[in-house]
Amino acid sequence: MGLELPVFYVFAAVAVAASALVIGQRSPIYSVMLLIVSFAALAGLYILLDAPFVAVIQIIIYAGAILVLFLFVVMLLNAPKEASGPRPRLAPGPRRAGVVLAAVFAGELVWAVWRTAMAHEPVTAGVPARAVESVHRIGQVLYTDYAFPFEVTSLLIIVAMVGAVVLAKRHV
Amino acid sequence: MVTLEHYLTLSAILFAIGTTGVFLRRNVITVLLSIEIMLNAANLSLVAFGRYWGAVDGQIIVFFVVTVAAAEAAVGLALVIALFRLRESLDPDAFTSLRW
Repeated sequence: MGLELPVFYVFAAVAVAASALVIGQRSPIYSVMLLIVSFAALAGLYILLDAPFVAVIQIIIYAGAILVLFLFVVMLLNAPKEASGPRPRLAPGPRRAGVVLAAVFAGELVWAVWRTAMAHEPVTAGVPARAVESVHRIGQVLYTDYAFPFEVTSLLIIVAMVGAVVLAKRHV
Repeated sequence: MVTLEHYLTLSAILFAIGTTGVFLRRNVITVLLSIEIMLNAANLSLVAFGRYWGAVDGQIIVFFVVTVAAAEAAVGLALVIALFRLRESLDPDAFTSLRW
């Protein structure tokens, strides 16, 4: 069990480094590839959190479906590299507003983590792993307590499907 | 031992990286990818809190978030294709006809 912390740090470092490279990248195709690496590291963290269902969803739906869709569009459009010239400078007013908003955002994040007083206890201390890792239990709760949101999800998907077809079609 | 604070801090870092990407990148596809990073940061804290309280509800909400992300990617990429057809560019600064 003493191995948990180093494993966490390895996955966390991979996730942060890959995500930082995603936004530090001019060519979109590398960005998509690096995001797959980041999501795989997050799947490892979900395993560490005794959530194998979410880890598998992460790999199959996120890395396998959503990011492949991104990859498909990047290749379809033959997306050019981003322009590297200097970006247009903002006027001083909006610049100052941006600085203030960024500081407020950073403060909020720090405050939110700080406020969680219970956060100093080990995350796996209170409850045994079998309380959360069972897919059987997730299915049971999903089809009873969350039956209505689950049904609404199907509506969302059909709207997204029709919307995507309508938007991408040349003549409707 | 790994504490809840570890996961929350990691989630905050990832969320900040995603926000930075949305504002800094000049490519619509990379902006969408940054939004995916932000969604994943939220998912991580949901699962961590769920593990802490011993409830599966966090994982179920992650399931819904993934569905919304899939719908968002489908519609967003359709928009990207339509915009690219219109302007031959992916730079968000090229799409300013609605700007006040």
